[in-house]
Amino acid sequence: MTIDQATVRKIASLARIAISDAEADGLAGELNNILGWVEQLGEVDVSGVEPMTAVIPNQLRLRDDVIDADPLTGGNRRDDILANAPEPQHGFFGVPKVIE
Amino acid sequence: MTDLTNLTVAQIRDGHRAGDFSAVEVAEAFSANVAGAKALNAFIVETPDHALAAAKAADADRAAGTLKPLSGVPIGMKDLFCTNGVQTTAASHMLEGFVPRYESTVSQKLWDAGAGMLGKLNLDQFAMGSSNETSYFGNVISPWKRNDGGPNLKERAALAPGGSSGGSSAAIAARLCPAATGTDTGGSIRQPAAFTGISGIKPTYGRCSRWGIVAFASSLDQAGPMARTVQDCAILLENMAGFDPKDATSLDMAVPNWEAALSSDLAGKTVGIPREYRLKGIDPDIDAMWDAGIAMLKDAGAEVVEISLPHTKYALPAYYIIAPAEASSNLARYDGVRYGLRDLPQGAGLQDMYAATRADGFGPEVKRRIMIGTYVLSAGFYDAYYTQAQKVRTLISRDFTAAFGTCDVILAPTAPSAAFGLGEKTSDPLAMYLNDVFAVPASLAGLPAMSVPAALNREGLPLGLQIIGKAFDEQGVLNAGLAIEERAGFTARAEKWW
Repeated sequence: MTIDQATVRKIASLARIAISDAEADGLAGELNNILGWVEQLGEVDVSGVEPMTAVIPNQLRLRDDVIDADPLTGGNRRDDILANAPEPQHGFFGVPKVIE
Repeated sequence: MTDLTNLTVAQIRDGHRAGDFSAVEVAEAFSANVAGAKALNAFIVETPDHALAAAKAADADRAAGTLKPLSGVPIGMKDLFCTNGVQTTAASHMLEGFVPRYESTVSQKLWDAGAGMLGKLNLDQFAMGSSNETSYFGNVISPWKRNDGGPNLKERAALAPGGSSGGSSAAIAARLCPAATGTDTGGSIRQPAAFTGISGIKPTYGRCSRWGIVAFASSLDQAGPMARTVQDCAILLENMAGFDPKDATSLDMAVPNWEAALSSDLAGKTVGIPREYRLKGIDPDIDAMWDAGIAMLKDAGAEVVEISLPHTKYALPAYYIIAPAEASSNLARYDGVRYGLRDLPQGAGLQDMYAATRADGFGPEVKRRIMIGTYVLSAGFYDAYYTQAQKVRTLISRDFTAAFGTCDVILAPTAPSAAFGLGEKTSDPLAMYLNDVFAVPASLAGLPAMSVPAALNREGLPLGLQIIGKAFDEQGVLNAGLAIEERAGFTARAEKWW
């Protein structure tokens, strides 16, 4: 599998990263190098092997069904949440117009 | 009067408790060192006021008889931990100016234990890197220099402090702080510790809460302490670990009293030496250090056996699928809407704003990894890359389980080389990745692992030995580390040039 400039552009678009032609050129070479190197994983016999999903066995917990039980992760923190927003407006996140 | 900045965490704690000096004196001495070491670029933000306030509280607590475990100890905080009211950047332009309104669990635990913060430590951007050369805020310079570069220390080649916790390692080695937090995704505590002649431990995955740590690869990220001695690592880890309901992968287990149980008597213990870690063409100084380490552990009473970890060579390629895949998902949150940078070109719509913000806010290495991750998770490639890597990860984990059937801990080098020069590996991302070859397998298996300084190479640079333990057996790792520390007698330190 060789990654060409068009593929790089497609990946960049999926990742929502704007790239220039020069960057796409450079990235194509780098990604080919790295992906060419990881290809060696294909030689490992993984028949009957389950993909790892949890590195240390752990049981998923349910929290008590209590609203705002932990104030750190609870609600009513609008001002804290907006404190670092690039453009807060009227208590909301401001974004450019989405629908014309 | 002794130089307080030469003291270890244990010495500061005990000396403060005994009334030999005040916590304020300690905080001021370290803050002065921090202020005088701009040339190392170890800190992104300095917080002498935070350290001083904690020190005053520690002195008051001493008078009142209410001392805490870390009273009087100032530390450095890797700038990946969110700190309430103090800028947290992950060394990125994306989060430049981001001031959290909450405190990470690990840092909160340290403050609750009485520690103070000297500042936020530089790192590789979003913890992606092995040399601290990907930071938006500039390279960290190691305090160490090679011994063959001419009479003027300052003019000798600048060396990497390792990464990603390079600010932490450089600051401790240069006596800017007695200890610091690090995080380890694929070696980011152990490799910088080895490069700078200090100790550091990555505990079992889940020991330390990830809540409030800027996420890189969530199935691998684990916080841990870095310090100059094994005992100091034990002290810090006790005050960082513990169950946190806010992290779904947090281990609901009691935190052992690791410091009290430290013992370098390894009688009855078996140490495994993985034959696959003997790389052809490796620096002979690394192999010599490894052999010396084997002798030290035998001297401590341990039996040494050869073991096999057959899938070792596949760990690094599996890691460079899994970590970027998780990163591409985690870093999707940086969209210019809710926090961090926004780049809104004239007349641009929402999608263009996303793309421009992310182009501007991420550095080249971060973009590279997001691109790899996006690719291996994309339709048509998911099974061939990501699922295959997750299966290989299972096999790597099984290798360790099988090996631990015949040994208690594993001894190996931490890194395949001593510190390299800044710029030496930046042109080839792959060459940089290969520096994590010995560190990544334990990360993939979630196992506790630490690096302790063991020797100087022929260039006068530190080399580290790595001890890998069974899940939850930080004690076994620390004890073997202590046995090496006592026998290696590593006292070398970087000569001051900054």
